[in-house]
Amino acid sequence: MNALAQIGAVIGLNLQSLPQRFWMSAATVIAVALAVGVMLAFQSISAGFQATVRGSGSTEIAVISREGSGGSELNSAVSLDEMRILSGAPGVKLGPDGAPQMSGELYVIVDGRRKSGPEKVNLPLRGVGAAAAGFRDGFTITQGRMLQFGANELIVGEGVLEEFTGFEIGSVVRLGDADWNVVGAFTAPATVFDSEIWGDGAIVQNVFDRQGSVQTVRLRLDGPEGLQKLTDYVAADSRFNVIVETEADFFADQGGAVGFLAVVGTVLGVIMGIGSLAGALNTMFASVSARTREIATLRTIGFGGLSAFAGTFVESIVLALLGGLLGVGGAFLLFNGLTASTLGAGFTQVVFAFKVTPDSVVQGVGLALIIGVLGGLAPGLRAARAPLLAVNAA
Amino acid sequence: MGVLVDLNGVSKSFKRGGQAISIFDGLSMQIEDGDFIAIMGPSGSGKSTLLNMLGGIDRPSAGAITFRDERVDNKSEGAMAKFRARNIGFIFQFYNLMPTLSAARNVELPLLLTKLSGGERKKRVKTALELVQLSDRAHHKPRALSGGQQQRVAIARAIVSDPAMLLADEPTGDLDRKTADEILGLMQTLNRSLGKTIVMVTHDPAAARFAKRELHLDKGRFEERLSG
Repeated sequence: MNALAQIGAVIGLNLQSLPQRFWMSAATVIAVALAVGVMLAFQSISAGFQATVRGSGSTEIAVISREGSGGSELNSAVSLDEMRILSGAPGVKLGPDGAPQMSGELYVIVDGRRKSGPEKVNLPLRGVGAAAAGFRDGFTITQGRMLQFGANELIVGEGVLEEFTGFEIGSVVRLGDADWNVVGAFTAPATVFDSEIWGDGAIVQNVFDRQGSVQTVRLRLDGPEGLQKLTDYVAADSRFNVIVETEADFFADQGGAVGFLAVVGTVLGVIMGIGSLAGALNTMFASVSARTREIATLRTIGFGGLSAFAGTFVESIVLALLGGLLGVGGAFLLFNGLTASTLGAGFTQVVFAFKVTPDSVVQGVGLALIIGVLGGLAPGLRAARAPLLAVNAA
Repeated sequence: MGVLVDLNGVSKSFKRGGQAISIFDGLSMQIEDGDFIAIMGPSGSGKSTLLNMLGGIDRPSAGAITFRDERVDNKSEGAMAKFRARNIGFIFQFYNLMPTLSAARNVELPLLLTKLSGGERKKRVKTALELVQLSDRAHHKPRALSGGQQQRVAIARAIVSDPAMLLADEPTGDLDRKTADEILGLMQTLNRSLGKTIVMVTHDPAAARFAKRELHLDKGRFEERLSG
């Protein structure tokens, strides 16, 4: 007996007869696709946000923030005295001029408006010095020009230009009690900085009444041991009330805020998956029921119960996988690369791109496979046990 | 000619509403190699049940069925499936063809249970379709064939693996008289020319006349008449 040929023939029969149950099969495919699609949509939001936030940090840069600020630049303050002492700290890379590479930065919230709606949202205005751009990998002026220090000029991230209105190059915006000219746009690709507005740090200090302090200090480390040397130095000096960490670690914790979306997506996907499982079971039982005489005929001819089981089981898996692939494809086309903004750790908007990751795809196809397997088991067993006497049914 | 099938004291009963209903009790008969038997009888006399037991798709409640001196009624499901595949060809009233397969693929189905190569299978399918005079319809699907043509395909499927016995349950019950006679003539040819043993259940006396023997089953007993 050629068991594989038997099984192959019955699987072929099942799949060829799918058009006879087109709408019911299509409903199962669509139900699975929706379950997988919803799961991937939520996961793509979470993955995209986390990739943006976590991708913003470098391990070669130390961020100094106030102890107890909870990793939020908004809550942090580093006094200019502390900044001055830090300029002599060990572990910090020196520039060509022999000065330590450091950037004291202010971080304040200003109002913005989405292009998609009239409501006001928080946007981050970063007060920077000339060194700030050098601390962002891939920093490029994409339109207009770099701001001129000493003037009320702004440059805006590409994400801000894309998602928010009023910051077009050449426009004048009122932030704090001052008017600012938007003179350029910049990108620091796939980082939170793309969602920021930058102005001269000294002017931001004045306009927003933040004299005497910055909020964070960035220092470029002189090597792998740089962070430890810097940490030891700060720990040994009681005048400091700050935390020293790499920029990568500083941002690592901030992705968690949207991380729950991945969980929500998975839970929703599983709940919808259970619904699709019911649909798959219904479809497959209907398939067995409609084909009982065919199955009984094959078994009467001498085909084994295993081949009858395999035919139904594989049909279920094929339908579910079709649904899974449709869900993955749909999620990829609809969501991957789609940009949106949401509230980041600093209560400001972070513009990010949705990301359908390979892990999500594997999970989506896995969910479809589970639905197919569970949806095919019981109907497959029913097919294997189809009464031979059904062969005489009219 | 030897004895192909021996039924010895075969009984069949089933339970309905907690009550045992007997279809037949202690039935015995022998089927010779090369026989063509028509089993007739009123509805509910157990004709089809008997045919199902001969074909190994139903089992007796008591008694024994031997096929070429080998007891078959007590075989396991798997062994019974192999027995059917090797020895029995089935012809059904409603043809029971797979609607999505061509005539040739339908005929090939029993050969998938053998170790024959693809080429050998094709050759056998071609021969079987020639025998039933449907070579020109090999690639047609059942819905493109008339009832008579579908039954011819079913007969080709039944004989393609060269089984010792063909079992036909009302093979012309769904056909007009002329087509029915053609099908019965074909079955007669298979019996006379190829020596196929055929057991046919029918209500139709005209159909029964194509057989060598008529057995009338009534109230659990056989009454034999010669025909043909």
